[in-house]
Amino acid sequence: MADATTAAKDLAIDVRGVSLWYGTFQALYEVNLEVKRGSITALIGPSGCGKSTLLRSVNRINERLGSYVRTTGSIHVLQHDVLAEDVEPARLRKEVGMVFQRPNPLPLSVRDNVLFAHKLHRTGQRYTRAQEDGIVEEALSTVLLWDEVKDDLDRKATTLSLEAQQKLCIARLLPVKPSVILMDEPTSALDPAATEALEELIWELRGDYTILIVTHNMAQARRASEETAFMLLGRMVEHGPTEELFLRPHDQQTADYIEGRYG
Amino acid sequence: MFAATALDHRNRRTQRAFKALFGLMTLMLITPVIIILTVLVVKGGPALSMEFLFSAPSNGMTAGGIFPALVGTVWLVAVALLASVPVGVASAIYLAEYAPDNWFTRLINLAIINLAGVPSIVHALFGVGAFVLFAGFGESILAASLTLAVMTLPVVIVATRESLQAVPKAFREACWNMGATRWQTIWKVVLPNSISGILTGVILEVSRTSGETAPIMFTGAALFLPFLPQGVLDQTMALSLHLFVLSTQVPNVPEHLEYGVALVLIGMVLAMNALSIGFRVYLRGRKKW
Ligand SMILES: Nc1ncnc2c1ncn2[C@@H]1O[C@H](COP(=O)(O)OP(=O)(O)OP(=O)(O)O)[C@@H](O)[C@H]1O
Ligand SMILES: [Mg+2]
Repeated sequence: MADATTAAKDLAIDVRGVSLWYGTFQALYEVNLEVKRGSITALIGPSGCGKSTLLRSVNRINERLGSYVRTTGSIHVLQHDVLAEDVEPARLRKEVGMVFQRPNPLPLSVRDNVLFAHKLHRTGQRYTRAQEDGIVEEALSTVLLWDEVKDDLDRKATTLSLEAQQKLCIARLLPVKPSVILMDEPTSALDPAATEALEELIWELRGDYTILIVTHNMAQARRASEETAFMLLGRMVEHGPTEELFLRPHDQQTADYIEGRYG
Repeated sequence: MFAATALDHRNRRTQRAFKALFGLMTLMLITPVIIILTVLVVKGGPALSMEFLFSAPSNGMTAGGIFPALVGTVWLVAVALLASVPVGVASAIYLAEYAPDNWFTRLINLAIINLAGVPSIVHALFGVGAFVLFAGFGESILAASLTLAVMTLPVVIVATRESLQAVPKAFREACWNMGATRWQTIWKVVLPNSISGILTGVILEVSRTSGETAPIMFTGAALFLPFLPQGVLDQTMALSLHLFVLSTQVPNVPEHLEYGVALVLIGMVLAMNALSIGFRVYLRGRKKW
């Protein structure tokens, strides 16, 4: 019992027995997933198996679809029940950032993009221009974008290269100090070189942030994650250390998938 | 092997015939516009002068200028704008951003579309009942402008809603995922990126109101009132009604006077259209995504 509590303390995300319905269609079946604090976990599985759905339940963005979506089970982020009645979605989403498949910077300047979430969530006190500059520089440096954009922070973010846009989408989460970053196929719109750059960056962020990343790219999952979870048809099939899951999968379905037999 | 066959020749002839036909249609479409404008400029042009624009009609409206009507039209349009834009834009924001997609919302949307099709004379009678009599504004600028506002409301709503819906969904999702509320999303991202569309739509609609006659005829526009209105509870002359009166109610009006009024009216409408188009081009050039 004592062991269980200590273990729970180390979890950034704890999904237990989550089922989810879109109307009458059940997309998730009793899914369990534990993500350790500061680790990178890859979520793999064939198209339509519910990876995005699971990701989107962690920051409750699925709710935007209305009462059409129904979730049962429990999801804890840093030991706090996120499905509880009194949870304010805005606070949750500050703590749990999200990066999408297509980079989606806002049609504002680079600087304003980085400061956007910060300005949404700052409470009361005003920041001086210099303090804001500091925030911008720190966030952009963390995502290795500072040198590229430092001379033109007023440039429209939507005119940057896709790689830079995606880095910016990560950078804009950082000023509000999220503990978890969810990434839904963050490199699938990028070319191989940009993909590699992004993977390196994600690897660098490990430790400071807990990262749950959906990917279709087996090589990426192997290279850039510590643990891997495999889903199939709305169920969690297998979850373990990445090396082990790829080398010695316990489940035949996992083996079939990682060897490319599901396409 | 690749030489044209009889079939190709026939296709080519058909192609040419249709091109000519559609071209002709387009020509027929713009001819009346050109004729109207030419006639107006030729016949009304000589009437234009500072004195015409800035003096009151005199001599039983057979001489003098149009100043009270010009000022009256500006009053009517401005007050109508003040009433319809806030209400229209707010409803459009509600419908586009907040309203759940259910039968009630669909019913409202249907009602708005139908409201846009109601003839202006019906709006006029509604205005008499609602604003002149029931609300007790009497025949006044206020009553006439509110009638115009009700009439333009559906178009303002539709124009605004379309501009809002043209803002890519990805921007909204980005905002929501950073913990922005719906209102923060609207205020910081959706409105700044749709404001050009909203404004141009609104200006376009307003320019149309300035030419309406029926809705103001019974609600606040006077046939002859050679003074400027002092407030919204006064009656006023208006260009559109003035033109109607000159051409049907008053004998022996010199022709150039009638054409002059028409020219000023159409000039006002075209100027506002040009303004809105210029505005749109300017704002388009600034936004990139
Ligand atoms: N808004 C929705 N309404 C109804 N069904 C949905 C909705 N979103 C997803 N689904 C369904 O739920 C299932 C899981 O979808 P999800 O997007 O989570 O899959 P995924 O694993 O992320 O797939 P992909 O790899 O293609 O992104 C699919 O069968 C999908 O059709
Ligand atoms: Mg997906």
